[in-house]
Amino acid sequence: METLDPRLKRLDLLTEGESHKEKLDQLPTYEVFVQVKEPRAYRHEGCVHATSREMALIFAKEQFSRRGMCSGIWVVDTRDVMVTDYSENELDIYDKISGSDTAGNTEYTIFHMIKRGTQHKCDGVVMADSPEAALQVAKNRIERKKAVLNAWVVESAKILKTSVEDRSMWETTPKKLFREAIDYKTQEKLNEFKSKQS
Amino acid sequence: MYGGGYLFEKTNTAELLDEDQDKLEVFEERIARGEKIEPHDWMPKLYRKQLIRMIEQHAHSEIIGALPEGTWITRAPGFKRKLGLMAKVQDEVGHAQLLYSAAETLGKSREQMIDDLINGRSKYSNIFNYPAYTWADSAFISWLVDAGAIVNQVANSKGSYGPYCRALERICIEESFHLKFGHHCVTYLATGTPAQKQMMQEALNRWWAPMLQFFGPPDKESAHSEILIRWKVKMLSNDDTRQQWLDMYVPKVWELGLTIPDDKLHKDETTGKWIYSEPDWEEFKRVINGDGPCNEERLNVRRTAEKRGEWVRKAVLARTKNDEYVTPLA
Repeated sequence: METLDPRLKRLDLLTEGESHKEKLDQLPTYEVFVQVKEPRAYRHEGCVHATSREMALIFAKEQFSRRGMCSGIWVVDTRDVMVTDYSENELDIYDKISGSDTAGNTEYTIFHMIKRGTQHKCDGVVMADSPEAALQVAKNRIERKKAVLNAWVVESAKILKTSVEDRSMWETTPKKLFREAIDYKTQEKLNEFKSKQS
Repeated sequence: MYGGGYLFEKTNTAELLDEDQDKLEVFEERIARGEKIEPHDWMPKLYRKQLIRMIEQHAHSEIIGALPEGTWITRAPGFKRKLGLMAKVQDEVGHAQLLYSAAETLGKSREQMIDDLINGRSKYSNIFNYPAYTWADSAFISWLVDAGAIVNQVANSKGSYGPYCRALERICIEESFHLKFGHHCVTYLATGTPAQKQMMQEALNRWWAPMLQFFGPPDKESAHSEILIRWKVKMLSNDDTRQQWLDMYVPKVWELGLTIPDDKLHKDETTGKWIYSEPDWEEFKRVINGDGPCNEERLNVRRTAEKRGEWVRKAVLARTKNDEYVTPLA
């Protein structure tokens, strides 16, 4: 059987030579946080490779909100996230943090992981003068119902956030039924086929 | 889509003797308790190596798997099929991105993974080394190959490595659309005109053996050390996965009036296991090592895309500060 693959017929494939990727040519990474709907917390969904926050936001929208509803996306350069140690379950990472609780002038956003296997979620913002100081402030001022296993601290200004007006970009999502399992019902066709057989 | 986890390096458990035994104990206890391992946790080198290998192969399979279907987008019968197939192929490429990121958290860069793929040093799911001649081949992949992948991915999403499990959960949700889309395509062909029905039957005949091979060699021949199971890297044996798939999908194929090209195929009612003729495992080995109908073409397509996209990456990178590799967080 002959292939009719248009790619093979028209693409003029390179068939010879080695090809080596250059170091760092896959672009830096940005961490992506999604809010499914208000007022739920922004949750870490993964990362995208991009050259800027703006590009990262476009990729994140496509990668993490192609289907289903979404009310907002945040992206931040991976290098702008300060990561604490991981504690053992049941042990609060804040127990290891000491020092004075001195508020400052810069806003920091705090993300917490409370169980291994789950994603980091935004738990609020604090005012401080450094990421380290932000943790000390967060220790006393962010209410925690469960022990925190790991925290991420990001200067809020470093996060690119979608605005309320940006939400129009998700308006057509519910109409894209061709992406949804529900749009491919086969039972009727099957029943019709079976009744003809018998 | 992927048959997952049948291509591990030989596990040399002697390596474990070099590990810090106290840390190893904590690590193993954590897994035994059902807790996940996260990127910053201590882990044995062997665990890291096998996970990178598995997740990376899974990512490559998504990318390469998008090729036989992707090439059918322009020729899909009708607007609705084009939209559906485009959405599916986009999902597969998105899955690759999620998986590459999960592997990156273990310390292998995406550049290196892609380099290993296009230079033939990495493996991917063997089934994509076979050609999709007709629309019915594409329909077979969408339905039954994805169904096989789902059995595997659902099992693996209960594994021990946090980032991989999270990626798989997201992937499994999207796969439910693939499965319905594929079943819809196959149903319309199998219950259509005699020519459509014949086209579907011929595709089934072509894909049956590669499909059985998709789950990997029989357990008795694939000596996976129990350590991968104990560490919850591998969640189901090759035979168990194959049996689950047969049990779920053989009746659905028969229901469509199609004939599976194996006279021996039946379910042994006493053991509850399916009996089937073994596919040619020598062929499997040959194809997976490079000598299949499409191996060269698949890598050429990938290499061409990399080469022709190079100037775009160079152009955008020229304006970016990017002088050291940073591992994504989770």
